[in-house]
Amino acid sequence: MKLKSVSLFEFLIERAIQVAGISAIVLVALIFLFLIKEGTPAFFEISLTSLFSARWYPIEDYFGLLPLIMGSLIVTIGAAVIALPLGLATAIFIAEIVPSWAREILKPFVEVLAGIPSVVIGFIGMLVFAPAIRVALDIPTGLTAFTGVLLLAWMALPTIVSVAEDVLDAVPKTYRDAGLALGMTHWQVIWRIVLPAGRSGILTALMLGVGRAIGETMTVMMVTGNAARVPLTPRDFFMPVRTMTATIAAEMGEVAQGSPHYHVLFAVGLTLFVITFIVNMAAAMVVFRQTKRAERMLS
Amino acid sequence: MRYRKVFPTLVVFLIFVCGLILNGCSQPATSSAEAPTSAIQNKGSDTIVNLALAWAEYYRQIRPDVDIAVTGGGSGTGIAALVNGTVDIANASREIKDKELESARANGIEPVEFVIARDAIAIVVHPSNPVDKLTIQQISDIFSGKITRWSEVGGEDRPIVLLSRETNSGTHVYFLEEVIRKGDSEDKTLFSSDTLLLSSSEGIGTEVRQNPNAIGYDGLGYVTDDMKTIAVGVSPDQPYWEPTVETVNQGHYPIARELYMYTAGEPQGQIKEYLDWILGPEAQQIVLDLGFVSVNGD
Repeated sequence: MKLKSVSLFEFLIERAIQVAGISAIVLVALIFLFLIKEGTPAFFEISLTSLFSARWYPIEDYFGLLPLIMGSLIVTIGAAVIALPLGLATAIFIAEIVPSWAREILKPFVEVLAGIPSVVIGFIGMLVFAPAIRVALDIPTGLTAFTGVLLLAWMALPTIVSVAEDVLDAVPKTYRDAGLALGMTHWQVIWRIVLPAGRSGILTALMLGVGRAIGETMTVMMVTGNAARVPLTPRDFFMPVRTMTATIAAEMGEVAQGSPHYHVLFAVGLTLFVITFIVNMAAAMVVFRQTKRAERMLS
Repeated sequence: MRYRKVFPTLVVFLIFVCGLILNGCSQPATSSAEAPTSAIQNKGSDTIVNLALAWAEYYRQIRPDVDIAVTGGGSGTGIAALVNGTVDIANASREIKDKELESARANGIEPVEFVIARDAIAIVVHPSNPVDKLTIQQISDIFSGKITRWSEVGGEDRPIVLLSRETNSGTHVYFLEEVIRKGDSEDKTLFSSDTLLLSSSEGIGTEVRQNPNAIGYDGLGYVTDDMKTIAVGVSPDQPYWEPTVETVNQGHYPIARELYMYTAGEPQGQIKEYLDWILGPEAQQIVLDLGFVSVNGD
């Protein structure tokens, strides 16, 4: 009797988890379908030459997406370039180098950092970072792509550090012991054994960090100035940009439903979705290929 | 033990999904619900819509028995609705046109005009900026990107950083039409693409206060003491006017306009009471709070 109730419970739980898993997939698919449904009319209503022009001024029917796409890319790539090495180094430091008592202090601090609301970071950026950057670099305004990059890197760091540290922590101690027994230095153990062992988890951590950066809205809206100009020269890194997320956030509230502007905003969202999708796919493929190579070498 | 942890999460998730679905279903039902017929219908200018909403909400506290339904859509939409007799009060950020007046009279409606508030746009710069006055032409050239350095308008040798409200702001559109295009509807000049679009008055204020390169514009009510306002002249040989409540109410300051409400015939009953209240001190305080200029002149 007891056994039966357990197996019934087991059955229910299994089904429930199945439903949860499937619903996650279904929800993503529905979001994608909705974006396509609302976004694709934009490509019929507005000519492609207009969509790929350099002018974004929707209230006068200028729908050039170029400045928005470039703006998002420059800010995200900049933030990734700063946050990835720094985050990985911090994770290695916390997981492998500091004594365990220091780790108990550092880890919660990093996690508290992850909990700071983006609007607060944006506010600090607007009031503290932007003026300081303007004066330090002697540029016309402090509301620039660079300011956004710094703040986004700051926001992506805790995610990267926290997840990567968990991954490194999960690498079995026997791996390290084996390395040390073979006469490897501490650094060689980290570089040759621990990092390759946690490769796929680390990549996930980096992807989550980049994901946080590309999807962030409030902070970039507050500190990048939102000028829809196409960044072309390195100098433009220190000039205002307008990102896709900030554009959607700023304009969606007032747009008439079903108008070309409304569809274009969904097309922007679709573009954003596709970019994140490609980034994740690329990361997954890298992990997949490397695992296979590692398996080949072992066999 | 592990399974038990999953279960509550799942339940919460399912409830959430059900909530979403139910919410999605119930939405059309609420929007199609008929407003009570005794309500005062108030429609028109998007510039005024926030003010009208604030008034309607406040008035509800004083007179819970009066329902006021406020919708935007633009000055033309509001006046057209008044002409068709579907609204009681039309909001407009411009005077009624002769053509609209004619068609109203053809429908047996005599629109009555009330100036309910004034809207003035102040040009603001950093307090250390030596530039005191600009003509409309100069402001237009600055914001359209033809003038890019302060030295070209008598200031220091610094780059000009343009600050604007986002495109969905009524102030943005008014500034584009009346200042950058100088009121010429054939003119297709746009804001320079280097213009920083900030989503709030606070954003403009923060940047103007700390950046000596910046120039911005905003409703007069949003200007604080730690920004410097620029005197504006129609042309170099005419007087320049500082934006103040007095110059706006006397009609001197050039970047200002009156905001109107139109009723069909002399207002009666509840509508008259509402309009009387709007022109009174309590409602005019809300005008100031929202960054417009009060018609009481204080």
